Amino acid sequence: MSLELTFWWLLAIKLAVAAAVVPVIGMVIGYAEMKLSAHMQSRVGPYFAGGRFGWAQLIADGVKFIQKEDIIPEKADRPVFKWAPALVMLGTMALLVIVPLHPSSRYGIVRDLEVGIFYALAISSVSTIGVLMAGWSSANKYSMIGGLRAAGQLIAYELPLVLATVGVVIQAGTMSMQGIVSAQVAQGWPFALTQFIGFAIFMIATLAELTRLPFDMPIAESELVMGYVTEYSGFRFLFFFLAEFANMFSMSVIAATLFLGGYGLWGINPETLLSPIILFAKVGVLVFLMIWLRWTLPRLREDQLQTLAWKWLIPISILNIIVTAVLKVVI
Amino acid sequence: MEGTFAHHLSEAAVSVELETEGMTLNIGPQHPSTHGVLRLIATVDGERATNVRPVIGYMHRGYEKLSEVRTYPQIITIINRIDWVSGFANEVPFVVAAERLMGVEAPPRAQWIRLVLTEMARISSHLVFMASYPLELGAATPLFFALRERERVLDLLESVTGGRFHPNFNRIGGVKPVYAAGPTTKKAGMDIPSGFLAETRDAMTKVLATCEEIENLVAGNEVFLARTKNVGVLPVDVGASYGVSGPNLRASGAGFDLRTVSDYLPYAEFDFDVPVGRNGDCWDRWWVRLEEIRQSARIITQAIDGLPSSPLQAKVPRIIKVPAGETYVRAENPKGEMGYHLVSLGGLGPYRLKIRSASFSNLSILPWILEEALVPDFIAIMGSLDFVLGDVDR
Repeated sequence: MSLELTFWWLLAIKLAVAAAVVPVIGMVIGYAEMKLSAHMQSRVGPYFAGGRFGWAQLIADGVKFIQKEDIIPEKADRPVFKWAPALVMLGTMALLVIVPLHPSSRYGIVRDLEVGIFYALAISSVSTIGVLMAGWSSANKYSMIGGLRAAGQLIAYELPLVLATVGVVIQAGTMSMQGIVSAQVAQGWPFALTQFIGFAIFMIATLAELTRLPFDMPIAESELVMGYVTEYSGFRFLFFFLAEFANMFSMSVIAATLFLGGYGLWGINPETLLSPIILFAKVGVLVFLMIWLRWTLPRLREDQLQTLAWKWLIPISILNIIVTAVLKVVI
Repeated sequence: MEGTFAHHLSEAAVSVELETEGMTLNIGPQHPSTHGVLRLIATVDGERATNVRPVIGYMHRGYEKLSEVRTYPQIITIINRIDWVSGFANEVPFVVAAERLMGVEAPPRAQWIRLVLTEMARISSHLVFMASYPLELGAATPLFFALRERERVLDLLESVTGGRFHPNFNRIGGVKPVYAAGPTTKKAGMDIPSGFLAETRDAMTKVLATCEEIENLVAGNEVFLARTKNVGVLPVDVGASYGVSGPNLRASGAGFDLRTVSDYLPYAEFDFDVPVGRNGDCWDRWWVRLEEIRQSARIITQAIDGLPSSPLQAKVPRIIKVPAGETYVRAENPKGEMGYHLVSLGGLGPYRLKIRSASFSNLSILPWILEEALVPDFIAIMGSLDFVLGDVDR
């Protein structure tokens, strides 16, 4: 009886933490994007909300979104339309399960899977289905074009994303996230040094997976109004909004884990509590990079995007795998 | 051909092809990048357009008809709302048309001030383009650089005319006198504001620096090049046959600039180049406008260095009546050729005022140029034509 109670309590706590983490991350990154973009464009950005530096801007936005009417178009496919944002969010949340924050398995990671990377790449595609559902069910032509663009884009970039990680897996000899990090900690340098091609391809493909500029054709405000989220309002729109930022975080975490050595850093004992901070610092750098690109580059065209994926990224990443595999055997 | 092998082969190829039904996509009238209320009825097959039909008129305000029931000074007030991003430039050709019928000529100083402010309107109009065009392609940051500079130019315009967008500053026979040095009712004290010339010189240096900045940020960008090079190519003969004018036609290679051939303002006294593009694609249209900002800054600098002194207004009767007759004055506006065909029967207002606005003709190329274009290129092409719906619908 008591054991069972403890289980339920723990589960409740875990659920509450999981439910809180994603919005908080989303808000932090959203705020960072607002402030950073403002400074890149000689603006001030959020200023009043919360008293100082507009730190509460995203909370205020969230409250505003909750107050809005939840409009569902008359001809929309209601259940699909309603569940699409949840599915997008689900992909993001489930990705955070395997993030290794600390070498200790007790509180360092929710669950270390043998096939960690495999799981990460698979579950990150779930959001794609959500996007496609949103585009299809909205009964709006812009939404549908946006959704189809998203589907084409995500299929095209899933491949380089997977292929770019293979080099790391070959070098580390494991697919477990924890194993990859400890391999990097053990050898003393991150895989980005040898897998720099893989890292570059992974980051480009990540941008495309996240549908951020220069690959934001599924949204493309100036063409498709708001792409697959055109018909969403209120809380459901907020879900897409938060999922985008939380997704930035989770993809950056995976990139940092695979290529930048995760929580490891030269000369610092990974057993201390500094480890999560180191990981978050690395993630911060990657997120900053994404925001920087977002506010600098124009948008590519759909066919140019496909050309980039199929004619450049995929062949290069296959070559990268071959070279890595040969060197692994030779050396 | 019928019965041959090749014929059968092509027949087979046709029958294998998927039968797809085109989708009608209504772009606008409320759409983020139709510059107002343009509506495009596009039949798209996937993302490729098979047929595009622009629908205009959502912003028709009837200025031609309104002009018939207004006196000449009143008309100046409404016509600067035609192309609202370069309000001042709309006034000049109309005023010149009325002056020609009356046989009056504005004094040199007034003409030079008109010229300076027209070029400022051109700079501000082109800066709006520099701001909005990258934004339409997805890059948000150049917007702020360009609009910051435009604000500088608009401040100068405001310091002289009192209006940022709608100056209403031209008068038949000259420009509106402004109290230059303190409140005085003496005509001698009326001139452009003191300090204007120095501020203008300073602002032009800054505009040129911003041009450099925009060029560095945008022109070298691979993505921008990929989106604009060889997109929406407009051959010069097609453009000319549709009546496309201004930077859009010059980007296609026509070295035609009304400032060099017409005498509505004393451009002959200035030294400037007419930038000409080579391919007539979106990139050239962007580049020509950037160069024109530089040339305009050059003209303004020359003009304020040698501003002649004379009264601001010629002698005109207090109640302006234009003698019977008709004339057509055309001017090189930021968007292209703008002309006023003024028919007077000798009354207080015109009998008929036909307005030839640049954007209307520039927009008429859309069905031709958007044929077989991709939906993302729609935006790139429409943006590069730089039309304003107020100028289209009048």
